[in-house]
Amino acid sequence: MHETIDTPASAAANGVAGGSAPASPAAAGGDELTIAGRTLRSRLLLGTGGFPSLALLAEAIAASGCELVTVALRRVDPAARGSLIDVLSDAGVELLPNTAGCHTARDAVLTARLAREAFATDWIKLEVIGDEDTLLPDAPELLRAAEQLVDDGFVVLPYTTDDPVLARRLADIGCAAVMPLGSPIGSGMGIRNPYNIALIRERVNVPVVLDAGIGTASDAALAMELGCDAVLAASAISRAQDPVRMAAAMRAAVQAGRLARTAGRIPRRLYATASTPDEGLPDLGPV
Amino acid sequence: MPNPAGAPDVLVIGGGVIGLAVAWRARERGMTVTVLERETIGGGTSRVAAGMLAPVAEAEFGEAARRLLDLGLRSADMWPAFAQELQSAAGQDVGFLRTGTLLLARDADEARELERQIAFRDSLGLTTNRLRPSQAREREPALAPTVRLALQAPDDHSVDPRLVLAALRTACESAGVQLREHAPVVRLETDAAAKRVTGVSVGKSGEPGPTRDAGDRLERGPAHDADDSSNEFLAAEQVVLAAGAWSGQVEGIAESLPVRPVRGQLLRLRDPAGPGLLSSVVRFAGGYLVPRADGRYVLGATVEERGNDVQPDAGGIYELLREAIEVVPGVRELKIEELCVGLRPGTPDNAPAIGPGALDGLTWATGHHRNGILLAPLTAQLVTQLLTGEQLDDALLATCDPRRFAVDSTSAPAAASPDAPAPKAVLP
Repeated sequence: MHETIDTPASAAANGVAGGSAPASPAAAGGDELTIAGRTLRSRLLLGTGGFPSLALLAEAIAASGCELVTVALRRVDPAARGSLIDVLSDAGVELLPNTAGCHTARDAVLTARLAREAFATDWIKLEVIGDEDTLLPDAPELLRAAEQLVDDGFVVLPYTTDDPVLARRLADIGCAAVMPLGSPIGSGMGIRNPYNIALIRERVNVPVVLDAGIGTASDAALAMELGCDAVLAASAISRAQDPVRMAAAMRAAVQAGRLARTAGRIPRRLYATASTPDEGLPDLGPV
Repeated sequence: MPNPAGAPDVLVIGGGVIGLAVAWRARERGMTVTVLERETIGGGTSRVAAGMLAPVAEAEFGEAARRLLDLGLRSADMWPAFAQELQSAAGQDVGFLRTGTLLLARDADEARELERQIAFRDSLGLTTNRLRPSQAREREPALAPTVRLALQAPDDHSVDPRLVLAALRTACESAGVQLREHAPVVRLETDAAAKRVTGVSVGKSGEPGPTRDAGDRLERGPAHDADDSSNEFLAAEQVVLAAGAWSGQVEGIAESLPVRPVRGQLLRLRDPAGPGLLSSVVRFAGGYLVPRADGRYVLGATVEERGNDVQPDAGGIYELLREAIEVVPGVRELKIEELCVGLRPGTPDNAPAIGPGALDGLTWATGHHRNGILLAPLTAQLVTQLLTGEQLDDALLATCDPRRFAVDSTSAPAAASPDAPAPKAVLP
């Protein structure tokens, strides 16, 4: 089950009627995100790498309100006690293992299987990196790995480029969501091609989670305004001067962007239109 | 309280740099001291450490990091005198080098990040120098011409931890500290009320000199049976827990232990042409190079949440070499002497756990994470003062208080517990 696709056109058509008193859909419930049958109240996902300390990670998770966090299997030992995994389970969040660091479909599939063993979950955020400097996804390898993992019964959430055709292919082969990038991982460059992100939202019928490139709160809000169903933030929070404060900012931004999206923005105009009618005003004469 | 015959005043669990420094200083104050080491003296994390005394280079954003910086600066100030005293006591060099440290940016992205770091250090009033590429390469001609910007921390020096360990061992032995190897402490023993430590139980060591592979492996749970009747009981007035990443293998500590192993891989390299390639410690995204006086270099280090894995892997070593060679092309010519894996004892907020815990008679001196060598003089001083019951600097002790990790205890000051993650006022 996924939610109705909320295109700019349909949002405009629904207008006021469609948004039947969503005073605060993001905050007040009734606006949950469902991915592969799992319901999430928070539309913010958090990457757990790169935090200065585990204590700050725990505080940032609490401030973000997120319910789902990604973990790189290759960088953690699920069995180590007192480590990252304990912190995450104490925080009450669910884990989404990823295949970070994999460069071939073969490595990614093997890593996903290890993650299934280690974390007892079929969910996998699939990453297949094609270039060491930009960390951009390798499209053919990504498709190959996604196909195989879907066949194996995984719930696959692929990290992909902002190519609407590729996103469509991934959705078509059975991925539970698609996770297009705004810009390269850790670059903080925001959403470089908003048009493509909007197109992806139009063209796929599974949730779209904006992944990578978020630099600050307005980037996350823009993603939600473009129709993304959720945002994943990692470096933007973990490498901020104050990660806990930035986590709170991201939470507010995702909620604001979601509210604005569902509220239905006004069309852009070339010329002004007065917000207050000027008929019937008293003539005060020259002052 | 009378001691059982032959029982020392202080038992120190762990024969790494922290345990030995504590033992040496406590012995100097007239206490009788026995060090219990699960394997061989100085055979664990201390031996792998690079030995950077670099509080300024390692400064990070945030309140907790600020307190850790204060600890580091204080201990860095103590190092020259500590090295001097240790050298005279042991009659051997500890490899203290006034290297200074350079933080390097290789491209525009890294330069922007480094500018941010420079501004941050300026805001803290730390002594640093911003160097243009030509200035950096004048200082270190082996740097690649692609260096874009450098930050010099002129007071961040280095020691050779292996020489420090050897000197501490000699100093301890000649002062009359008992060093017992292959003596794994399996449990703290307490009085009937479980309020006060009375001593420790030492398990049977395996065959003497277990292989590094098996010996360093951190199993889940104690490697030895705490209830084995052949365990040996050792009484003591005071016990100091300085077992680093292995602290979790000691049973009977009242509170849950906030120390986890954080894996680091590094290489030890040697220049067949002798010293001269680098004279400063250089740090770059993804690693650092620490020069010794004799043409040896330490290239480190990964930081991995993988405590059970003590074998170096190709990817980790490759990445360290790749980054180092990009910054200092001459690294290509160095010989590889050793690949090492160390297990840093990490705590939730990266600061050490020093001081009394819930049990009377137990003093913590563990959880030093990346800073064990740097913080050794300060830790030894604090612990010795605690053992002798002296008045202590409250601010320092609060930063290091082992009870700050308590989950449910009312005695917990400003708990950083992940169980109670109530965010501090994060919105204005």
